[in-house]
Amino acid sequence: MSLIDARQLDFGHGGQRVLHNVSMTLDKGEIVTIVGPNGSGKSTLLRLLIGALTPQKGKVTRKPGLRIGYVPQKLHIDPTLPITVARFLNLPKPVPAAAAADALRAAGVVGLDHQQMSQLSGGQFQRVLLARAILAKPDVLMLDEATQGLDQPGSAAFYRQIAAVRQDLGCAVLMVSHELHVVMSASDRVICLNGHICCEGTPEVVSAAPAYRELFGTGTGGALALYRHEHDHGHDHHHEAAE
Amino acid sequence: MLDDFLVRAALAAVGTAVATGLLGCFVVWRRMAYFGDATAHAAILGVALALLFGTSITLGVAVVALGMAVLIHSLSGQGIAVDTILGVLAHGALALGLVAVTLVPGQRIDLDAYLFGDVLSVTRSDLAVIWGGGALLVGVLWWHWSAMLTATLNPDLAFAAGINPRRQQLILTVLVAAVVAVAIKVVGALLITALLIIPAASARSFASTPERMAFFAMAFGALSALGGLRLAVIFDTQVGPSIICVAVGIFAISMISRQLPQLRV
Repeated sequence: MSLIDARQLDFGHGGQRVLHNVSMTLDKGEIVTIVGPNGSGKSTLLRLLIGALTPQKGKVTRKPGLRIGYVPQKLHIDPTLPITVARFLNLPKPVPAAAAADALRAAGVVGLDHQQMSQLSGGQFQRVLLARAILAKPDVLMLDEATQGLDQPGSAAFYRQIAAVRQDLGCAVLMVSHELHVVMSASDRVICLNGHICCEGTPEVVSAAPAYRELFGTGTGGALALYRHEHDHGHDHHHEAAE
Repeated sequence: MLDDFLVRAALAAVGTAVATGLLGCFVVWRRMAYFGDATAHAAILGVALALLFGTSITLGVAVVALGMAVLIHSLSGQGIAVDTILGVLAHGALALGLVAVTLVPGQRIDLDAYLFGDVLSVTRSDLAVIWGGGALLVGVLWWHWSAMLTATLNPDLAFAAGINPRRQQLILTVLVAAVVAVAIKVVGALLITALLIIPAASARSFASTPERMAFFAMAFGALSALGGLRLAVIFDTQVGPSIICVAVGIFAISMISRQLPQLRV
């Protein structure tokens, strides 16, 4: 059984249709990236999958007891709410201090325990969110534009961290992004979304697909190739680990 | 001991302020101040209805406050700005309540007692309602603390963890209505929101975690209650407004001490 199985989802608000007839599955251990332009319904799809939204048509089936580690696009913490990193990691369930420290290390941020969440830099904040997601021992890690606000090297480092985390946990990863050149090469499968699924397949298949080129042009082709070259080794390695 | 009206007043004020201090943290974090106002103002309508039907004031206030809370809950998220809805409902309910009270046949009632509180006249059964209600509120918040905190931080984080944030919101809504019913005797309908917000806002300056903020808010609430009662006795002023004055004083001190961040624990 797939971890998540979404069938023919329709969703809209205020008479405006956001998603139409979207079906997808997520299997154990695979990395799936959803790409699409702004307003293409990527975040909506993710929120349907975690159950934050209910589809108007279609059905989302999650494996019973599925543990989701969710890293939101941006988390605004109200300035009236004081919360340290250590306390944040213990929500909603308390975790042993050693596990919290391990998760922070795995996410690439050490020694921030007593910092206020509001005092973290953008990169630190996203990594703490990642650490919290890891602590749930997730079957699937979901990242919604998790590197928004990070610069290019920052987001590349963040995605390398995710690849490392996945290798440790063996969890599936579902991420949403428009930073194609950074993300695509690490994915087993890419879903190109623009209200409906335009095309899907391996990164090679999608980046060559006419529907994809129509949406994004060919401008990213060079960068994509460059990045893939850089991280060829890491990519192959993941496949070995997954098998 | 309970025969002394001052002792009863002190117990009632402290019990109320501790409960509102704790709940007030969520009101502040979730920006529900206006919501508290609307619910509290509806209480006057509850008073009128209770007098009309000859039921207990607490019951009337609780029912109307709850109805108002549920109405707001269902109206929000329908395309109208929430503060507009709350403005309409808050003042609409207050006006309707004030009109309805004067239409109640029989003796003219002392409206001041319901607008500004009348803690010096609390009875033993009022005390039972206040402390029983307060204990229930603390218990519910204790039970739901982590889930509610997660839902407050971010609804999607809650969904991903299997928590339904709408449900948490509804629980808070009900608790605010309950607190209004309990607190109207102490500070009155117009100042209940102050008792929810000011101690929590003062606590923010000194706290580094949500739990510590909640603790300080309860402490500041109790301090305001006792200080206000003392002021009222000395200067022969109304108790409810005096309590809020002390709370505002504590808030002012907390704002000044923000300049000294090492105070934060």
